[in-house]
Amino acid sequence: MTSVSMTVNGKPASGEVEPRTLLVDFLREHLRLTGTHVGCDTSQCGACVVHVDGTAVKSCTTLALQCEGADVLTIEGLAQGDQLHPMQEAFREHHALQCGFCTPGMIMSAIDIINRHGGVPDETTIRHELEGNLCRCTGYHNIVKAVIAGGEAMAPGRAAAE
Amino acid sequence: MNERPTPSAHKGAVHRPVIHDSAERHVTGSALYVDDMPELPGTLHIHVGMSERAHARLRAIDLQSVRTAPGVVAVLTAGDIPGVNDVSPVHAGDDPIFAEDIVEYAGQPIFAVAAETLQAARNAARLARIDYEELPAIITLDEALAAATDLAPAPELRLGDPDAAISASPHRLSGTLHVGGQDHFYLEGQVAYAIPGEGADMLVHASTQHPSEVQHLVGCMLGVPDHAVTVEVRRMGGGFGGKESQPALIAAIAALAARRTGRPAKLRLDRDDDMVMTGKRHDFRLDYELGYDADGRIQGARFEFAARCGRSLDLSNAIADRAMFHADNAYALPNAYVHARRMKTHTVSNTAFRGFGGPQGMMAIERAIDEIAFALGRDPLEVRRANVYPADGSALTPYHMAVTDSVLDELTEELAASSDYRTRRAAIRASNAESTAIKRGIALTPVKFGISFTTTHLNQAGALVHVYKDGSVHLNHGGTEMGQGLFVKVGQVVAEAFGIELDQVKITATTTAKVPNTSATAASAGSDLNGMAAAAAAQTIKARLAAFAAKKHNIAEEHVVFEAGRVRIGNQEMSFAELAHQAWMGRVSLSSTGFYATPDIHYDRATGRGRPFYYFAYGAAVSEVAIDTLTGETRLLRVDILHDAGRSLNPAIDMGQIEGGFIQGLGWLTSEELWWNDEGRLRTHAPSTYKIPTANDRPDDMRIAIWAKGENREPTIHRSKAVGEPPLMLAISAFSAITDAACAATGYRAFPRLDAPATPERILMAIREATGRAGKK
Ligand code: FES
Ligand code: FES
Repeated sequence: MTSVSMTVNGKPASGEVEPRTLLVDFLREHLRLTGTHVGCDTSQCGACVVHVDGTAVKSCTTLALQCEGADVLTIEGLAQGDQLHPMQEAFREHHALQCGFCTPGMIMSAIDIINRHGGVPDETTIRHELEGNLCRCTGYHNIVKAVIAGGEAMAPGRAAAE
Repeated sequence: MNERPTPSAHKGAVHRPVIHDSAERHVTGSALYVDDMPELPGTLHIHVGMSERAHARLRAIDLQSVRTAPGVVAVLTAGDIPGVNDVSPVHAGDDPIFAEDIVEYAGQPIFAVAAETLQAARNAARLARIDYEELPAIITLDEALAAATDLAPAPELRLGDPDAAISASPHRLSGTLHVGGQDHFYLEGQVAYAIPGEGADMLVHASTQHPSEVQHLVGCMLGVPDHAVTVEVRRMGGGFGGKESQPALIAAIAALAARRTGRPAKLRLDRDDDMVMTGKRHDFRLDYELGYDADGRIQGARFEFAARCGRSLDLSNAIADRAMFHADNAYALPNAYVHARRMKTHTVSNTAFRGFGGPQGMMAIERAIDEIAFALGRDPLEVRRANVYPADGSALTPYHMAVTDSVLDELTEELAASSDYRTRRAAIRASNAESTAIKRGIALTPVKFGISFTTTHLNQAGALVHVYKDGSVHLNHGGTEMGQGLFVKVGQVVAEAFGIELDQVKITATTTAKVPNTSATAASAGSDLNGMAAAAAAQTIKARLAAFAAKKHNIAEEHVVFEAGRVRIGNQEMSFAELAHQAWMGRVSLSSTGFYATPDIHYDRATGRGRPFYYFAYGAAVSEVAIDTLTGETRLLRVDILHDAGRSLNPAIDMGQIEGGFIQGLGWLTSEELWWNDEGRLRTHAPSTYKIPTANDRPDDMRIAIWAKGENREPTIHRSKAVGEPPLMLAISAFSAITDAACAATGYRAFPRLDAPATPERILMAIREATGRAGKK
């Protein structure tokens, strides 16, 4: 067991983990942040996407220890109190979800896309960039719509609340 | 005088695009799935040891080192099961939880390890030593047909005299089409969490579409009555049929571990194990023979299907039956014969998947119609329209049911016009003449899908509604939520009944303790059945409230009106909450069950006649594709869909079902390829090798509309139509469009006999084979 500490959703978090402990397991099991889902365990589906130091990563293939000292943002850390992040609001309003299992990862990836492009890229780019996030329920139409709407609502500079 | 708001002015009303009841929780990550529930202290984690052989005798199972591995609390085999070692949904006795002497597919559970951590359970399982004596394995459908491994006798459907009609026809054709299976790939894998209670009691949180069946089969496994087992499911992360019969195995293993150790136990399959261990859509071989006239009107048709069922019966009988019921798809066949064999193979037992055999059944006639059109040099749409069921109700299905609600003629013509099909088809043909490498194709295909469980007794549902004395409402019913929006739809129905806001209705987790003996949430029937049951429960309470208010105010009951959160009692008015409180004070019961059984359906399997479906759902789609004839790669360029959802209960939810169903069907027919090697091991057991559609695969231009004229002719819940499965089959239009483009690649000289899924390899092979034939002419 090794101790690890990081900032998760703005708060210090630490724990004793095995060197092989994955970030997703640290979040879900040690911190009980179960909004980050596991859909494939092998870096294919994107259900487990979180931000580490402002960049989207798949937490099922990131070791907890790699995040020592890092700033981690999960789906639970997006809303400011009752105020949803604009991307969350957009997914909710645009029916961009059905079973919801892919939703947290989609939202985290979506914010990352907007951040990296410094604004809303065109639809083709969004669809291309979402290739690492699988959704088995929707046909992605409303998801893409939500990414555009959420991206537009994210005031420049305040991107991803990070 | 009438200034009250129209019923649809408040949020709870039906026919409105209300957002999913869990939307807020989904976007904040606070919606709980089974694996997210707080674990009780002492919870064990389970890993399942699977067969590495497709067919073998188990000479010895040595689990000694598994038992002594660190962290292991229990190792479970068939011998540990106190009751019955079977989770067959039809009690066929052929779905052992753990194999005893024989294994019949690579991936079959042999034992399970329950340990303090999942890692410990996994590590320990690797130490098992299994001694297999290999037996000959039958892997493919053609091998199964050659060996005649039929699992069950196949009934027949017969209308008129098909053989005579075919021989008397001026034109004939016959062919064979292979259609592949499909993995569900619900994003949330199979999972169950079992918590032992006092005595024999067991509580199981399961990700299942069929809590009552899980309850019963866990009870049988434990050797306890159904009353000792409670199964609860708040939501699933997708189901698509894959959580109809399959979760019983997962729940049974978790419950067994909980029973044997006295500790809570959880089993969550990781993705690869899930894909290897659990059943999929059946692949089919479809043989067809048709006779038709010079206008392409089909005179007689013969369909001989064969389904790969895998190693056990599971739901294969009902699935193959539904394939037979959809052999006609949207077309009136004056003379028809349909037969579907159910073949055993040494592969995972195939199971329910959205459409339940219907999609496979439709593929033969759609291919045949494309081929007829090619042979006659006509537009396939004209051949389709010449054959669709007439609106006048004069035509019978091959199972002798009059199709009285056909809107096919009107709906296909409306879509042809709105999508500009004919102009685009002409333009595509012209442009194909100019382009060598890229060929485009277009097709319009209709869908007619029968709604009801074809096993008649399953068409029943129950609900439980409580009105609390503050006017808030608790709603429970037997249906399960897997993302399809069933809960919000039924919530809307109840809010509408009481004339209150949807947020006054608490939609609660499905549990066998509240509503018993439920059917699976399947066959697209979730809102039809549970909506009616909940409406009945609400109606009972409403009647009591009305009687109470009428008596108290000395007026007739019909002058008590519930709307917009208020209750008008003659010329007085009070809030719903006030009335509820007064009724409680007046000692009126504010709780009721509701029940619904679909009327007027019957079917005799022996004679192949009856009315198995309450009504039909209709839709049509136009797909335009481009294929690169050098690489075989396809791109879907545009899709237009017109779908009949009746009077949609919730157009936003229904749009999601239509779009999602289409894309899932597209995956099935174009990219999702299950591939077993000669030893019967599934080699496509992860999304890295099994290609499900991504955001990038959806067409650039997708135009979906719910048919404005849609209305159920039967008195279903607010005249809506079921919408869960039918849209999946709209993707057949993409397959036909690919066929059209492949035909273009031959210079329209030969018809390409494309199999599904239409992967780049298959497309190239089909073009090559067709070009070869054209050359010989
Ligand atoms: S669980 Fe991490 S990518 Fe699928
Ligand atoms: S909403 Fe179910 S996987 Fe995306």
